[in-house]
Parts: sequence; C-alpha cells; structure tokens
Amino acid sequence: MNVTININGKEYSDDVEPRLLLVHFIRENANLTGTHVGCDTTSCGACTVLVDGVPMKSCTMFAVQANGKSITTVEGLAQNGKLAPIQEGFHEKHGLQCGFCTPGMMLTSVAFLKKNPHPSEEEIRWAISGNLCRCTGYVNIVEAVQYAAEKMAEAQNG
Amino acid sequence: MAEALGFGHSVKRKEDARFLRGRGNYIEDIKFPGMLWLDIVRSPFAHAKIKSINKEKALATPGVAAVITGADLVPYKLAWMPTLMSDQQMVLPVDTVMYYAQEVAAVIATSRYAAADGVAAVDVDYEPLTPVLNPHKALEPDTPVIRADKQSNRIWHWEVGNRAAVDDELANADVVVAEDIYIPRIHVASMETCGCVAKWDSVEGHLTLYMTTQAPHAIRTVVALVTGHLGLMEHKIRVISPDIGGGFGGKVPVYPGYVLATAASVLTGAPVKWIEDRTENLQADSFARDYHIHGELAATKEGKITAMKMGVVADHGAFDSAANPSKFPAGLFSIATGSYDFQKAFAEVDGVYTNKPPGGIAYRCSFRVTEAVHAIERMVDVLAQKLEMDPADLREKNFIQPEQFPYKSATGWEYDSGNYPAALEKAKSIIGYDALRQEQKEKRAKGELMGIGISTFTEIVGAGPSHTFDILGIKMFDSAEIRIHPTGKVIARLGTKSQGQGHETTYAQIIAEELGIPEDDVAVEEGDTDTAPYGLGTYASRSTPTSGAATAVACRKIKDKARKIAAYLLEAREDDLEWEKGKFFVKGAPDRAKTIQEIAFAAYTNHPQGMEAGLEAVDYYDPPNLTFPFGAYICVVDIDRGTGQVKIRRFVAVDDCGTIINPQIVDGQIAGGLTMGMAPALLEEIVYDENGVNLTGSFSDYLLPTSVETPKWEMDKTVTPSPHHPFGAKGVGESATVGAPPAIANAVVDALAHLGVTNIDIPITPPKVWAILKEKGVAL
Amino acid sequence: MIPAQFQYAAPASIPDAIALLKSNPDAKILSGGQSLIPLMKFRLAQPAMIVDLNNIGGLDYIREQGGWLKIGALARESELEDSALVREKYPLLYDTTLSVADPIVRNRATLAGNLAHADPANDHPATMLAYRAQVVATGTSGNRTIAIDDFFQGLFATALASDEILSEVQIPAPVARSGGAYFKMERKVGDFATAGVAVQLNLDASGKIEQIGIGLTNVGLQALRAKRSEDALRGEMPDAKWIERAAMFAQEDCEPNADLRGGVEYKRNLVRVLTMRAIEKAVARARGNG
Repeated sequence: MNVTININGKEYSDDVEPRLLLVHFIRENANLTGTHVGCDTTSCGACTVLVDGVPMKSCTMFAVQANGKSITTVEGLAQNGKLAPIQEGFHEKHGLQCGFCTPGMMLTSVAFLKKNPHPSEEEIRWAISGNLCRCTGYVNIVEAVQYAAEKMAEAQNG
Repeated sequence: MAEALGFGHSVKRKEDARFLRGRGNYIEDIKFPGMLWLDIVRSPFAHAKIKSINKEKALATPGVAAVITGADLVPYKLAWMPTLMSDQQMVLPVDTVMYYAQEVAAVIATSRYAAADGVAAVDVDYEPLTPVLNPHKALEPDTPVIRADKQSNRIWHWEVGNRAAVDDELANADVVVAEDIYIPRIHVASMETCGCVAKWDSVEGHLTLYMTTQAPHAIRTVVALVTGHLGLMEHKIRVISPDIGGGFGGKVPVYPGYVLATAASVLTGAPVKWIEDRTENLQADSFARDYHIHGELAATKEGKITAMKMGVVADHGAFDSAANPSKFPAGLFSIATGSYDFQKAFAEVDGVYTNKPPGGIAYRCSFRVTEAVHAIERMVDVLAQKLEMDPADLREKNFIQPEQFPYKSATGWEYDSGNYPAALEKAKSIIGYDALRQEQKEKRAKGELMGIGISTFTEIVGAGPSHTFDILGIKMFDSAEIRIHPTGKVIARLGTKSQGQGHETTYAQIIAEELGIPEDDVAVEEGDTDTAPYGLGTYASRSTPTSGAATAVACRKIKDKARKIAAYLLEAREDDLEWEKGKFFVKGAPDRAKTIQEIAFAAYTNHPQGMEAGLEAVDYYDPPNLTFPFGAYICVVDIDRGTGQVKIRRFVAVDDCGTIINPQIVDGQIAGGLTMGMAPALLEEIVYDENGVNLTGSFSDYLLPTSVETPKWEMDKTVTPSPHHPFGAKGVGESATVGAPPAIANAVVDALAHLGVTNIDIPITPPKVWAILKEKGVAL
Repeated sequence: MIPAQFQYAAPASIPDAIALLKSNPDAKILSGGQSLIPLMKFRLAQPAMIVDLNNIGGLDYIREQGGWLKIGALARESELEDSALVREKYPLLYDTTLSVADPIVRNRATLAGNLAHADPANDHPATMLAYRAQVVATGTSGNRTIAIDDFFQGLFATALASDEILSEVQIPAPVARSGGAYFKMERKVGDFATAGVAVQLNLDASGKIEQIGIGLTNVGLQALRAKRSEDALRGEMPDAKWIERAAMFAQEDCEPNADLRGGVEYKRNLVRVLTMRAIEKAVARARGNG
C-alpha cells in the first residue's frame, strides 16, 4: 500500500506492507533512527513519537495508520539548530545516560508540558510513567522536565 | 577559550549532543547496502531431543536466503563455543536443547519481516525430556546429569577462609544466628537489547563486527580463538562497539546470535544484522544472581561478631557462561565479611547445572558483590534482632575503624580506605533516625506497620591487579592513549567502553585536571579495536579505577616530556620549573611561562635536538589493589495491612566513592543504581513454571519500575580517597545497586520483626508480605 | 516480534466497515490496537484481515444525552481523562480510565475497544457492570442495545456478532447523591489488575444506599458482578458492619486464578479489602466529600 507520512515537516512516501510497524517506517523507510524499539508489548515507550501532536507508541501502530498524518520525532525537536527547552533541560539536568529512552521521554514531556505548563513533581512522574528508563532512576528526568517548564514560562513571559 | 575545569565540576556531558538530537549511533542504526537479517528459532521446551528440523517451508518463504542448524555448524567446529569460565556452550544444539528459548536454528533473509516469517516456517520436531530445574535437586546423587559432556551437575566447588576455625566458633559462641536467603534470578534488561552487524570481506579475509559489547578487545581475542582454526586471525578482525543503550553486565558475554550472524555473513558474503527482541533478551540472555545462600553469624552476647559462614548453591543454568575473572568462579563473593571487623570467616559456593539459560553476570555490580552484601547485611540484622539490639548500634560496634585501614579481611582482601562510622552517622542524621525509631514505637502500639532498614555496605571494584585478576589469561589492566595535537587539542582513546556512564566527559575532565587542557578541547574515543589501545572493557565499576588511572598516568608521562620542552623553550633547568594547571613557569618568575598549548606546538615545531617529536603517551595501568567504595543507606517503609503493599517513604543514601570527578554524573549513577537496587528488592524476578518455561518473558511480567514506583532518592556523600589510585577515585556506577536491596529488605523485616519475622526473600511482593501478615494474625 | 501478513482496510463509514466484516468473517476490528497489535506481534493473533475503524469520522464523542453519557467507539482513554464532564460527574469512570495501562497507551486506546476485547483483566468491564451501562452494537440490520450484563460471555467473548461493531457505550447519568470509585491493585504502572473493584452507588435522602453496582476486575474468566454484595447493601446504611459483610460476599463469590500477581487466597482477600475501600470512597463521594 502506498503511504505518505509527514515527518518533521517533510513528506515520506513509500509502498509498504500493511503489517509494517510505524516505528520501522520511521527508522528504515525515512531513515530517522532517533526513534528506538525497546520492547514488544507497548510497555517501554522508547518508540514514542508525536502523531498529530499526541504521543503514541510507534511500535504499536501500523505505518498505514499514519498515512496522511504529521509526525514529530526527536530529530524534529530542535528548530533552526537551536535545542528545544526540553532538550536543554535534559542536558543541563543530566536527564540522560545511555540515551536510548531519551527521545521518547522528551517527546512525551513536550506534549505533556503543552497540556500542563506548570506541573508538580508528582504530575510529571505520572506523565512519564509510560516511558521506562533503566539508567537514571528518573530523578534527573523529572528535573529536566521542570527545567523545560521554567524555560518555556520565561519565554512566554519574556 | 574555554576553561579547563577538572575535578569537582559538574561539566555538562559532551556525549549528550548527539543523543539529544536522535543522532546516537546504536547497533540497530548501522546498516549497509545488501544487508541481510538474521532471526532465531527458539526452543519451546526446557529440555528436549531434537528429532528433526525441516527447513523446506522456511527456505520457500519469500526473502529467505538460508537456514542454519547445529548440524550445519559441526563441520566448522562452530556448534559449540568456549565460555569465559572454561566451560563450553552450544551455539546451536545438534541433538538436545538444554533450556527454554535456546537458539535452535537461524534464518537469514532480505528483511527483518521475511526473517520472522522464515522463523515461523521452520518445523522442528522435539521429544520433550524431563528438565532439572531445582539446583538442590540437581546435586542429589540420583538426579540425571543433564550435560552429556560432563560427569556431574556440580560445575565446581569453591571455598575461602578457615572452615575449622569458623565451625569451632559457631559451636562455642554466646550467640549464633542462621538464615536461608535466596537471591532470585534477575535480568539487566537494558533498554537496548543485544545485537550485531557482521560484515565479512571475502577478498581481504577480514571481519568487521559491530556489536553491543562492553569489552570489544576481549571479544576480538575470543573471536580469534574461536575461529582461528578457520583462518580468521586477530589482525583480520575489527570489533566496533557503537553507542550502547545500557549494559549493566548483560553485554559482556558472547551470545550465540553474535556467532551465528558472523557465520551467516561468511556463508552469504553479505553483511548480516541480528537484533534481539525483548522477549529473546529476557528469556535467553545471561541472567544475574540466582544464589541460594545459607548464612551464619557467631557473636558475643554484647554484640561483637566473631565469625561468619556462608554456604551457597549457585544455579548457573545449562552452561557456565558467567562473566567473572577466570580465577573467581564465584566472583568476589568473599567480600561477604562486609564492613565489619572479625577474623574468622568461611564461604563456599557450589556451581550447579540446571535446564535454564546460562549465565551469571553482574546486573550493575562487581562480580557477585551484590549477593555478598545482601547476605551479610541481612545477617547483621538477623543478629541484631536476636540480640534485641538496634541494628545501627550493632553495626557501629562491629565496624572496621578508620584507623584500621588498610585492613586485611578474614577472606584475604586488603580494604584500601574507609570511614564507615562517619557515613552511617551522616545517614542517621539526615533521616532523623532516633525520631523515626520513636515514631515506629508509637505506630506499633497502634498496630501500624512501619520499618527502618539500614545497609552499611562495602564494595570491591576496579578489577584488577594482574597478580590475581585475568580473563582467559588476559590480565585485567586497562589503558589510555593520549595524543596532543600541535594546536593543543587532544584525542584520547581508552580500552573501556561507555554504556551511558559519561566517559567522554569524565575522561576529558581527568585530562583537564592533569594537563590543564579544557574539556572542550578533548575528544574521547572508545570501542573500536583498530584504534583504541587494548583494554578489558567497562563493567564491575572498573573504568575510573583502571582506565581513569591510566589516563592520569599517561597525562603525567606527557607532563614529564612537556617539562623538558618548556625548559628548552624557557632556557631554564627542568627542576627550576613549576607546574600550575595548564602551564610551566620559572620559579619566582611567573611571567616566564609556557602553556601546555605552546609546549604542544613546540613539540612538533621547535623541540629540542635529539628529542622525539610529538606529545603523546600510552599507559596500560595495572592497579596495585582493588578499590573499596562504601556507603550507608537508610530506608523507611510503610506496609498496607490490607494488601501487603510496601511503600518506600524515604530513602537516604550516603555514598563514598573517593575523589569525585563530576558530581552531577556521580549523583546520576547513584540515583540510577538505587533504582536498579529497588527493582529486584520489590519487583523483578525471572520466574519459570514447573516445565522450565519462562513466565516473565516480556515487560508485562518482568517488571521494570516506572517513575511512579521509584521513590525520590535523597543522596549525600562522604569523601575518603583511595590511597593507591593516582587521584584517589574508587568507582561509583554500581554502589547503589549493591547497597539498596538489603536496606529495603531490612526495612520490611524490621516492620515485622516484633512479630518474629527474621527474613523475607526479595522480591518482596505484596502477596508475600500479606501471607506473613495473615500468618501472624495482623492482616486487615 | 513481527506480525504475520494480513489484508488491511480502513473504511470511511460504519456501513462500509460492516460490509467488510460480513464478507470477511475472519477479519479483526482495529480501534486503539493497544491489545491487538502486541498479540499480532507475538503471532498469537493472525487475522487474515484488519478492518481499521480509525478513519471513520465522528466516533470520538463524549456527551450527555437523554439521561445517558454516550461515548463513541473511537473516544480515546486520554479524552475521557481530559473531559471535565467525566472528571466531575463520573468519578468512577475517571478513576478507571486513569488506571488503564499508561499515559501513552491511553492516547490511543479506546473505551469501546477495552470492552469489546473482553479481557477479564481489562479495567472498564467491571466499571460498566457497576454503572449498569449498555452498549450499542451496530450491524447490517442497524443498531441494537445490549445491557452490559448480557454483553460479556466469557473469556474474550462478547454478545457481538462477527459483523457487528461496538459503536457506542452508554452510561446512565448519575442521580442525586451518587458516588463511585475504582480501586485497582497493580504491581506497577502499566500492569493489569491483580484485582480491581468498581463501585457505583447512590444514597437516598436518609443516607441509606438506594442502588449499588459492584464490578470485579481480573478475578474470573470475565468481569464479575458482585451480586450478593450489592443485595446486602441495598437499602442499608453504609456503616462498617454492612460494608464488611458485602466485602466478604465479594471475597467468597469471586473466582480468581493463581498467577504471578498472587495466589487465590491473596486475591480473594484483596477483593474484600478493595471492595471495602471502594465502597467507603464511593459513599464519601456520594455525600459530597470524596
């Protein structure tokens, strides 16, 4: 089946099997390898991307289902070479170690902060609970999200 | 110009730049034109005869290029491979499968999807055999020996210490306590699974193996040893370990998939990629722990420990493919004397074969140190309970005192440095220990269950000194090669391999500290055996103790040469020069100075006659001893009497890893380690059914904690440098994983101690706790 | 983990979808896919055809109408979570939604799919039993309404015909002095319930329980109604004695199996404890202080 998917503002068209998982389309057909696969059971969230702005696990969606949709992956976060606040936050607060869960974590956080710009620590912990991290113990990820929230608030007010 | 910051600065990580942008280069990101995919047929039985394997349907599946079985490997002598522990393990079985999910055949196809279709189409006819699953039963004389190539299910017996003296003490002591403690089989479950891309060049007879490995050099040597008879020599093998999505020990072993992908590349002439899925990873990759421990302590009635005895049955599965230094089949379990001063100790371990996946890796700890620490820290609490003493008081009474270092332990280790009372005092003060004990008393009177658990652990890391430590004969040194370019910029190459620990940043900080060259001016490379100096890799918290030391020593060699060049440039005598971070100057004339950058330039443009050009050094560092990080952890839990749920209310971790290079990275390591300590204490366990089928083969049932289950860790430090390390560092990546489980277990047992509970095996799940509450008549 | 091949269709209307189902009896309906796609990856499900409902417009509504809360087949869990209407007037539904899987899964998963999959471990079936909800099945001959007690027919089995689609869920709007709560014991976020208890009730003017529904999650081959518990409480003051008695009935009447989440005795006890807690919470909410 022919699908056209807009990823980070660019259209990718290809003829694919219906069973092709969206994550494989992103990684292999579009060659954007920042989106990772960490499990088979829609448990870990390493494959999280934004589909029309909403975080979804791209290993639990078929590429054909994303036909005509707009997807944001980690490669689409920085704009004009400038890191997004969430990326800055992960860097400043040491929110990543091996980096494997980081793209999914950041995309989940970006969508969450849009919904809830001033979250409490507990709200952040619940918001990222569909994304597993094995290295950091989450402490610094929570701080990274708080950092991004503050940066975004400053930008809004400034 | 950027500043050289060095130690004590939370330099932001250099490696983040690519990870933040999705530009990391993990194994699955590596691809080549014409690349084929390998997928694996796995056994649905824990023990079975293979009656036949029918490839026909698979070979007829669109896209399938080849199917490899054990019989296909026999002519090449590749059906078996040696393990690090001098055992052998099947790459593919020829007639008998030994564990559930064992590799049975490999399918090579043009895509991942076609390979999966091929796997589904391979028809294997099995005749199930009775599996041996219980290691105690495996040791009974009438139990069949599961390995056709062995005489016994006992792999080895290992012991250390003075059995007679310990038995005598146990027979005559005022107080003796004994407890059975099981530390279950768990899995590291790094977020990235294992995989490789094997690329065989038939013209050059050269293999490039991109691989998720924590020890690329050792792998190259092992591959050469395994395939040397086929003509693949070590200079024709290049192992590249790309960015690694978490290791924790799980990426030390050689798994059959790596060998199969290599064989498939040779067979097909195309690059072959093999990437495990999560189920394969959890079901077949190396496990950790699985120690059945019987612990005993003897003490005076005043609470002075006089002897310790530990007996262990270690379930290794079907092959002993543990990742330990060769002379240490039970790893460093002999550190089980812990932080306590007594001179009679004995430990023995029996390694046992069962029909389970092979292994015995570390799960974010130095070889079997978590098992040892859990055993002694639990036993100390059992003793405190028996003596009706506060567990903090009992610990304080038995600590090795600061002035006793270097301290020779009863099992032969020389602890380098420590200040255990200070760490415990700090933890008690942060958490408000006395007030918590008071609160507990009041809660108990009301029937509420609250517990306070302490763990004052000592680790043993940084393997290790060449007189004792080797892997397959290769001494456990590690290396650094540092080269300063004419413009004063640096490339450093190391024998280790980061899996998230932040090596690119910390090694740059060591160089900044030693040479005064800004971190920004240092490029750090690891993982390519063609470029990096030989090293044993990253595990067992050894990178800073070994390669970190090598980095400092190499810098000092460079500084020695730099001094000569500076003397020449300044027309001064070498011993008239003084070093101040980043420059040499003439004593008493600070403006007569040459910066390290000026010296580097001169090393290529204007160096003294007769001196070699260039400014570089290599060091292969052989540590004189191991390092002994330690800490004091205190955990407070509340128990729901209706559901048995344990809630960690607070957890204070005071760690001492010696000199701190990057405080933010150190805290990051500790927070992560605490979480990987909490996970097996409360959630994680690999479970098999009565047929040996793995019931926890996905993240639906192998339970990694999320941000919600993870408490907010409270972290602090003491700093007691290692006296033998070039800059006093000890290693920190694993302390928390080692120290946390007994703190949690001790807290839960403490909550129930007044009811006569002395031990609960981890993971401490709600059903386990509830069963105790019910038995003791306190369930709601 | 790669699914087997299948044919894919994404019809734009319900009649088109039904026509496809009629001509392909082995077809599976795909809505959120958060249960189905993992099953397909493990090849535990290998449907010849997937009929994807996601391209059908207008099915994502959440609205009150004629004394019912009506939820369209494609309303996502996260939309329920974000709905002020649900949060304020349907606390049992809100509790339940928040306990389903994890936040990312909820962005895709649907309430209708959660019911149609009829996994006894799913959270919404018990909640719908407690609400005495009903579902609308749309087929070739139009719509029919199925009471929730008739809908679940065993493990993964429902009253839906193979060419019917669960097009809408209908929950009775709460009367005065209503309250509800869902208590779920899970090992971690994302886990299925070790056991879960859904309670919906309303009090009469004197404070007695007038009507009550209690549903149990993952302690039987399908979600169970705790009928004896309901009968025991109906018409009684919600005091400790009666709540304990009702909870004891739920403990006795549930039919759990031992698994990695716990043994039978543990789960039975859990049902008792959670039933008490859920009733207490529901009563507190009915009194306006939950």
